[in-house]
This record gives sequence, structure tokens and C-alpha cells, in this order.
Amino acid sequence: MYTQALDLPDPHAAPLKAVAAQSDAAQDALQTRFDAKIDADGKIEPQDWMPEAYRKTLVRQISQHAHSEIIGMQPEGNWISRAPSLKRKAILLAKVQDEGGHGLYLYSAAETLGTSRDQVLDALHTGKAKYSSIFNYPTLTWADMGVIGWLVDGAAIMNQVPICRCSYGPYARAMIRICKEESFHQRQGFENLMVMMAGTPAQRAMVQDAVNRWWWPVLAMFGPPDADSPNSAQGMRWGIKRISNDDLRQKFVDATVPQAKVLGVTLPDPDLKWDEGKQCHDYGAIDWDEFWATVNGNGPCNKERLATRVKAHESGQWVREAAMAHARKQQQRAMKEAA
Amino acid sequence: MSTARNEWPLWEVFVRSKQGLEHKHSGSLHAVDAAQALQMARDVYTRRQEGVSIWVVPSSQITASAPDDKAELFEPMADKIYRHPTFYEIPDEVGHM
Repeated sequence: MYTQALDLPDPHAAPLKAVAAQSDAAQDALQTRFDAKIDADGKIEPQDWMPEAYRKTLVRQISQHAHSEIIGMQPEGNWISRAPSLKRKAILLAKVQDEGGHGLYLYSAAETLGTSRDQVLDALHTGKAKYSSIFNYPTLTWADMGVIGWLVDGAAIMNQVPICRCSYGPYARAMIRICKEESFHQRQGFENLMVMMAGTPAQRAMVQDAVNRWWWPVLAMFGPPDADSPNSAQGMRWGIKRISNDDLRQKFVDATVPQAKVLGVTLPDPDLKWDEGKQCHDYGAIDWDEFWATVNGNGPCNKERLATRVKAHESGQWVREAAMAHARKQQQRAMKEAA
Repeated sequence: MSTARNEWPLWEVFVRSKQGLEHKHSGSLHAVDAAQALQMARDVYTRRQEGVSIWVVPSSQITASAPDDKAELFEPMADKIYRHPTFYEIPDEVGHM
């Protein structure tokens, strides 16, 4: 569903050195070959040599992205049992299942970098790994399901399409698969909102209220301003990041304003207006203190989201063990019969 | 903290998108055995009729060529252009068979 261009440095990691201290000639040759491949817009595959910092950055970004998909199942899962019709329920179930699938594609991509599934899950469960800040907001009404599809998934598409061209092959391929499915998420959300906007005044007010609550967190989803994103330049150099946070955010605002007009809702920003000179929209200041508070664990739902995730994992422990034991027994039985 | 030893084994998934086409690598997943891997592959990789047939192979059973052998393995073919039909010039009226 949604990555955020949130490539947060791991506070526990030692600062990355630009040049390895004990770099010898062989190392230099490998680095030169790697750089040449990146410059030629080639793909790096799991078996290829890659700088340690490139590998670490990818593990961090891909697993953060995977965690976002998995945690992202919660705010929407909240409404499955209360969807207003069987049709909407089937759509929502399919969407939440997709989010789970997206998480799995991405975990697999992260594992090609030599990190185990258990390691990345442990990082999530212990709170060491981050996920998109957007999922720490509550889904209070049914209109939130529509707005998440329209705005959150819309923002995710803006973010993710450039990652389809990422220099790391498995990540790029996972993203192509994800982007194909993302369009359904965004369109079902918009259509859901169109139906509500054609309904009663109470339904229209519910949509407007949801837009008011989600708009600013969605803009923050694109990550800190370029000036405060020290990792961005390296990510660009490596072909992991293709478009800057601010540029993506601007693209999103410009695409969304006409959509809001079609829907008949107001975007809650008095400073939002078309700038004839720049040929794009100006928008108001984003509350970065709120963003960082949410990223750092103090958003409205951080504790609940993580606790739910940890509980699901722990409650599933016996199932995972039983399935493993059953498979071993079947295997032994088959071997005995063959003997 | 769980250890890698307790992880379900990794499988590679290959999907035939339609009758008459070859199976193509789709991705990987964890499963306890082949039957479970097939079932999970169906849920993870074919939610939108992406396939009519699935293969699953334990990842540990795949042998891959090494990136360093790329030149040795594949470059000898680069100068054998006579293996392609375009190498040969024959009169137009002969046409293509």
C-alpha cells in the first residue's frame, strides 16, 4: 500500500563511512564495477557484489515498507465487520488481503539481501524498525475507508511508481507487482466517496470530516522536506530513490486538487491556491512536530498498532510450530514407507 | 527472540500465466512443505487470475550461475553472429521461409 519516503537512519547503527578503511585494490575494483552499473541504470541482483551501506539501506527501506503494509491492515481491518453492504465488505476484504500480500512480496525481497524473516519481524516487534506514520491514525467512520483509498493509496502510488525503477532488482520487481494492484485500492476508495457524496447531508459531512482529518497526515507521508532529508542524496546516487520528497508531495497536491473538486469536498488548507508563476499549487505549512512525534512512537495509535501486531504474532506461534512438526512427521513417515 | 532455525523453509514460486506459456519466476514464500507452499503461492501470487498452474521449488535446491562467471559463460556467444539469420544476405525474391 504505502511506503513513505521515510528512510530513517537506524539510531543504533554506526555512522556509515564513505570509503572503507581497509579498502584494497580488489575492493576498489568491485566498487568501480558497482558504480558503473548504477550509472548505466543497470540492475543489481542478490548475488552481485554491493557496498555494505547499499545493502543496509535497502534492508531498512524494504522492511520498513513491508511493515507498513502489514500494520496498514489494521486500520482497515477495523471496518470489515461493519461495512455497509456485502459488496463493500467483499471489496474491503480483498483490499486488506492485498496489503498482506504486498507485505509478503516485500519481506521476500528483503530476504534476498541476506536478512532472515525472523530478524525483520523482530525489529518491528521490538519497536526498532519504523513503519509509515499514517497508520498510527485512527479510522473513526466508514468515510475513512474511502479517504484512505483515495488519499493514502493515492499518495502511495505517487511514492511507489518511481520505485519500480529502483536499482535493486527484487525490490523493483515487487514494486511492479504492487503498483498493478494499488490502482484498484485508489479507485474503490474514490468511488466509495462518490456514492457517499451523492447521499444524505450527514453522509457528505462524514466525508468532509474524514478529509479534514486525513489531509495533513497524508501530506506528511511523503517524508521530511528535502532540506531535512540527509539520506536522500545517497539514495538518489544509488538509484533507490528517484524523485525527492518535496517533488512527490507537490505532484500529489497538484493531482489531488482537481479530484477534490470532482468529489465536491474542500481540502482543509486556507493557503492552498494555484500559483500562476510556478504553474503548481502553493500549500500551507505541515506540522513536522506532529509527524516526528508520530514516527517516534507518540501518535494516536502507535501503541495499539504494535501491541495488536505482537499479539497476533505470539498467538500464532503454536500454529507455526505445529505446522512444522506435522511436516516433519509426514516426511519421516514417507521415508519409513520408502525404506 | 526467534532464531532462523525455527523459520519455515523458503520456496521459490513459478507461475504459468496461461495455457501454452512457460512457468515464470514470481517470487518466494515460506511454507512447511510443498503442499502448503502451493496453497500459499495461490493466495500470494494469483489473487487476480495470474496463473493456471504453479510450481514450487525449495530455494535451497536451486543452483545458480555466479555473477563472476558471466563473461566466461555468455560472452563467447557475442562474436558468433553467424548463428543468427540476419548474418546471411540473400536476394529479396527468395523471401522468408
